[in-house]
Amino acid sequence: MTSPKLQVDKLLDDQDTKVIVCCGSGGVGKTTSAAALALRAAERGRQTVVLTIDPARRLAQALGLKELGNHPRQVQLPDWEPAGELWAMMLDMRRTFDDMVLTHAGKERAEQLLANPFYQTISTSFSGTQEYMAMEKLGQLAATGEWDLIVVDTPPSRSALDFLDAPQRLSSALDSRLLRMLAAPARASGRGIRKLVGTGFTLFTKAISTILGGQLLTDASAFMQAFDSMFGGFRERAEKTAKLLSSPGTAFLVVAAPEPDALREAGYFVDRLDGEDMPLAGLIVNRTHPVLAKKLTANKALAAAESLEREDSAAPSTSAMLRIHADRVEQANREQRLLARFTRAHPIVSIARVPAMARDVHDVAGLRAIGDRLAGD
Amino acid sequence: MPLAGSSVGWTEEIARARLHVVSGKGGTGKTTVAAAMALALARGGKRVLLAEVEGRQGIAQLFGTEPLPYAEQRIAAAPEGGEVYALHVDAEAALLDFLDMFYNLGFAGRTLRRMGAIEFATTLAPGLRDVLFTGKLMECVRRVDQNGRRTYDAVVLDAPPTGRVVQFLDVTKALSDLAKTGPIRGHADKVVKLVHSQDTAVHLVTLLEELPVRETLDAVAELDGADLRPGAVIVNRVRPPRLPADVVAHTTTGELDSERIRVELGEAGLELSAETVTGLLAETVEHANRITAEHTAREQLAEADLPAIELAELAEGVDVEALYELADLLTAQGVR
Repeated sequence: MTSPKLQVDKLLDDQDTKVIVCCGSGGVGKTTSAAALALRAAERGRQTVVLTIDPARRLAQALGLKELGNHPRQVQLPDWEPAGELWAMMLDMRRTFDDMVLTHAGKERAEQLLANPFYQTISTSFSGTQEYMAMEKLGQLAATGEWDLIVVDTPPSRSALDFLDAPQRLSSALDSRLLRMLAAPARASGRGIRKLVGTGFTLFTKAISTILGGQLLTDASAFMQAFDSMFGGFRERAEKTAKLLSSPGTAFLVVAAPEPDALREAGYFVDRLDGEDMPLAGLIVNRTHPVLAKKLTANKALAAAESLEREDSAAPSTSAMLRIHADRVEQANREQRLLARFTRAHPIVSIARVPAMARDVHDVAGLRAIGDRLAGD
Repeated sequence: MPLAGSSVGWTEEIARARLHVVSGKGGTGKTTVAAAMALALARGGKRVLLAEVEGRQGIAQLFGTEPLPYAEQRIAAAPEGGEVYALHVDAEAALLDFLDMFYNLGFAGRTLRRMGAIEFATTLAPGLRDVLFTGKLMECVRRVDQNGRRTYDAVVLDAPPTGRVVQFLDVTKALSDLAKTGPIRGHADKVVKLVHSQDTAVHLVTLLEELPVRETLDAVAELDGADLRPGAVIVNRVRPPRLPADVVAHTTTGELDSERIRVELGEAGLELSAETVTGLLAETVEHANRITAEHTAREQLAEADLPAIELAELAEGVDVEALYELADLLTAQGVR
C-alpha cells in the first residue's frame, strides 16, 4: 500500500495557507522542519515568520536569534535575497505571560500579580504554560496581519498530544470551581461563603493547607482575586486561537522519525486531529535512509563481500562498501515496514520523507537542503 | 567499544546505588534502556522495580501488556531467576496514599477527588506532583518485608527527559517557594536526602549524535550543579563501523577510486551499472560521514569523564526478546 505524497510546495505556495503547525513527539526534528519550511516559503515569495520554541543554539544563531527578544526579527544574511521575507523568533514563555498580564490588567493590579509567588510558579513551572504561551504568541502574530504565513514549532513534550491538551488544562485549572471559591471571599466579603459550599470546602481547605501550608492558600487566593478580572479576556483569546487552529487556513504537519515510538505517537496525533476536525496536511518522516544503489540486492552484495574477503588482493574498502550497502538495505526495509504499518492504519495521510543528512543542520544551506528533500527535489 | 578516556562500565559506586534514575533526550530510547537495566539488575534471583511517571504507559507498550495500574505487579522474569515488577506512579493516587499514610485522611479521598481537589492541589503547586512521584519511589526503595528483607534490591525509574530531570529530582527548589513549612516540606526533605545520597545514580541515555550528546553534557553539568550524582552514560543504538579507520577520512571527501572499485566488484562477480556504482559510492560516503560525526560525538562524551556503556542497535527493532538481548549486553559490561 502506498500513501499519497505530501505536496510541500503546493502547501507553501497556496496563499490560503496562513498557519503551519509542526507537531510530534520529542527528538524527531520538529524545530528543524519548521525552520526549513519557513525558509523555503520565504524563498518562494511568502512573507513568513517562524515561531520556534527551543531551538538548538547553533540553529538559533544561524537564524540570528542570539538573544531572546520575544518578538520576531528579520533573518538577513549576506548574499541571500529571498523572494519573500523570513522572520524568526524564539518563544520566551515568562515574558509572553507577563505581557498578557500587563495588557489585560490595570497597572497596579498587574504589578501585584507579577510579584505574587503563585503567579511566578504558574508562569514558569506549570507543565502546560509553555504550550499555552505558544498558542498565545501564535494568536498575537496572527492578529498583527504582518505576515501571510506563520510556521509554528511546538514545545518539546513527552507526548505529542500535550500541545493540544495543555492550554485547556491550564485554563480549566485556573477556571476551576475551587479557584473561584478561593477568589470568592473578597467578593462576598467572606460572609456565608463557607456555609454555602458546605463541609466539602472546609475539608478541602484543611487538606490543602495541611499539605502545602497556609501561606500557599493565601497567595493563591490573592492571585485569583487579581486574576479574576482578567480571566474572561484570557479565555476569549484562547478560544480565538483554538478557532484559528481549526480553520481551513491552518495546516498541521505531524513530524516523526522512522521509529516505532515516534510513529505510534504520530498515529495518535493524526487520530486526535481527525477526531477534532483539525486540518491535517500530512506526515513528515525525518531521517529516512533510502537505498541509493537500488539495483543491487543485499544478498548479492553480502555474497560478493565474502568472496572479496577471501582474496587478499582486494582493498578492504570494496568489501566494506558492499557490507555498508547490505546494512542500508536492511535499515531501509525496516523503515519501510514501519511506514507501511502507519499507512495501513491511516491510508489517506500524505507523507513526505526526508532522507537523513550526514550531519546536524545549523545553517541556512542545511535548512535549504532539508527543504529540498521535504519537497522531494 | 569503550569511549576513549572514560572509565569503563559499571563502577563499584554505581553498583551500590539502589535507585537508578534513567534519563536522556527524547528519542534516545530511555524507556527501553530502563527496562533492559531492570532485567540486568534482577539477574540471578534479585527483585527489581521498574517505575514510570507522567502517564505515558511506555513500560506497558514495551512489554506488550495492558496499561499498568497504580500497583506494583510482576511484569517479567529476569535471566537466571529474578523478577521485575512494574509500577506506574499516578499523582492523584500517590497523593491519596500520602494523605492516608500521614493524616488518616484517606477516607476523605473520594470527596476530595470529586471536588477536583487533587487536580487543583497538583496544579497549585507543580512541584507537589514531582514530590509525590519521588516520594512514592523513596517508599519503594526503603520498604522491607516482615523479615526485614528489602522488598526490592533496586528501583529503576524511567525518568523525565534530560531537560526536566534535574528539576524533577531537585524537589526542594520547586517546593520551597510554595511550602515553607508543613509536612509536605518534611516529606520533600527526606526525598531530597535520598536523591542526593550514594543510594541514587542518574544515568543518561544518548545516541552518538550532536544534539543528544550536547544535551547529555548539559545534563551532567546541571546534575553536578545541583549536587546530584551522574551515574553512567549509556550510548544507545551503536551501529558497527564498516570502513577501516584509515579509509574513513578520504572517503568523507569523496576521494574514492570508482574505477578500481568497479574492477574489484567485477572480480567478485558483480557487473554493476555506472548508476549502481554511483549509488554505492554515495552510500559509502554517507556512512563515512556518519562515522566521523560519531567519532566527534565520542570525543565530546569523553569530556564528561563518566563511566560509559554501549548498546548495539538491534536490527529487528525492540520487542520483548530484544530487551533480554540488551540486558545481556548490559550484564556483559558489568551492570549488576
